[in-house]
Amino acid sequence: MNRKLTTFARIIRTGMVNFVRNLWLAIAAMAIMIVTLTIILFSMIANATFGHTVDQIASQIDVSVFLKDDVTDAQAQSFVAAIRKQPDVKKVEYLTKQQAQSQFINQNGGNQSLQSAVVETGNPIPATIHVYPRDLNQVKAISGFLTKSQYQQLQISGSPSYNGDRKKAIDNITHATNILRKVGVGAVLIFAIISVLIIFNTIQMAIFNRRDELQIMRLLGASTWFIRGPFVVESIIYGLLSAIASILLINALFVTASGSLQATSFGLLDISYSQSFFEGHYWLLLGLQLALGIFIGAASSVIATRRYLKFKTSKH
Amino acid sequence: MILLDRVTKTYNKHLGPALDRVSVHVEPKEFVIVVGQSGAGKSTLLKLLTREERPTSGKIIVGGIDYDKLRDRDIPLLRRKIGTVFQDFKLLPNRTVFENVAFALEIVGVSTREINNTVPKVLDIVNLKDKGSRMPQELSGGERQRVAIARAIVRQPKILIADEPTGNLDPKHAWDVIKVLEKINKYGTTVLLTTHNQEIVNKLKRRVVTIQHGQIESDRANAQYNVK
Repeated sequence: MNRKLTTFARIIRTGMVNFVRNLWLAIAAMAIMIVTLTIILFSMIANATFGHTVDQIASQIDVSVFLKDDVTDAQAQSFVAAIRKQPDVKKVEYLTKQQAQSQFINQNGGNQSLQSAVVETGNPIPATIHVYPRDLNQVKAISGFLTKSQYQQLQISGSPSYNGDRKKAIDNITHATNILRKVGVGAVLIFAIISVLIIFNTIQMAIFNRRDELQIMRLLGASTWFIRGPFVVESIIYGLLSAIASILLINALFVTASGSLQATSFGLLDISYSQSFFEGHYWLLLGLQLALGIFIGAASSVIATRRYLKFKTSKH
Repeated sequence: MILLDRVTKTYNKHLGPALDRVSVHVEPKEFVIVVGQSGAGKSTLLKLLTREERPTSGKIIVGGIDYDKLRDRDIPLLRRKIGTVFQDFKLLPNRTVFENVAFALEIVGVSTREINNTVPKVLDIVNLKDKGSRMPQELSGGERQRVAIARAIVRQPKILIADEPTGNLDPKHAWDVIKVLEKINKYGTTVLLTTHNQEIVNKLKRRVVTIQHGQIESDRANAQYNVK
């Protein structure tokens, strides 16, 4: 047991000493790892920002129910309660005829003649229920519920609003956001895969440079893990430092660009969210990067050393 | 201690065997010199003993280990029993002289205290006592070869295999190396030395096995060697 402990300590120590002695090789390998890990991190943040923007757009979409004027308050309330019970519904807003009118007036603050027309005709705006879906894909299900005959009879014609042009618009937005989300996740995955391959290749090259060492140790009778261990330790150090460096790099980027990010507008894209996402998920992102860096480092070095540690099995 | 029974090694069928039905028996504590010209099969013989290569046919038993029954994962254990000196030294480039010698002990799990105690003594035997902190590339060829010998003998192996250890050295340094091998042999280690240096062979007056074209041409005690 003591012997195993000594050997384990030696593997760790040798790995660290090798790291220092091959510092230039280490710096070259880490530079590549830092760049690729930063790209992964960057794509994760970009994806989150993108997703956030899509969510923002989606959350503004609702299905509106317009009630007939002869519907009593009690009927309206029980209808609202029934809608609230639907699992697909995120939020329900009920506006009485009066509230709907004042909302309409507020929304059309600039148009005096429209305002006065509404007041003079004795409030033609119906009582309204705004139903916000949890997910745009569930709009259809909600609409199905709202058009059940016992509810449909409470509504004026043209209600609920999920029909005609509006239905088409909602369907288009739903379709677009679904695609955009998939594109975002796909981009992160592609960057991640490319990065893993680049890091693997880098470590493989670093070990290829030192294959003689591996073969000499083999000839002297060192066991597989005694040879491989220090290389794995070294690669784990690469991964560890590169992960931390990539987080610091992005952090520095946000610190320096913070002011201009707030001021920059890319239309609908809410860029400033990227910073709050990064700051809000700082430890999670650091943990992810560390796990990724350490895992890729360790796995690559195990795979890369394998071919130099094989014994000759052929008799020819 | 070392037994080869009708060992044949063919690398390439078209070129014929590198070793052809070679049988040699080496007793414990013997000092055997294997001679022969380049390409005669000396290195192949040694590579078979360290299990770098496998014989095409024939039996090899070293220190009681039958190579036919040797599993891959036991090969390191076999190599730890044999001290090997290579013609091209095979020192670890990123480690100091001390660490190179210590490595042989580290792989068998010797304690750090024992390593610190043993390595300087062995470096003293090969006259490198004060060069422990040097890197291999800072040493001369003769010094590097002596580091390799120190590494091979530090575990006090029962068998020492030296493949042309003097091949890259000038006569003076070559003799330093040979003297160390004689000293180890005197302490009880079986030594198998390959060389094509006529002068060394003739001065040593030991058992000489001559290999030519992959076959044993002669095997004589206290023999002389004349390059034809």
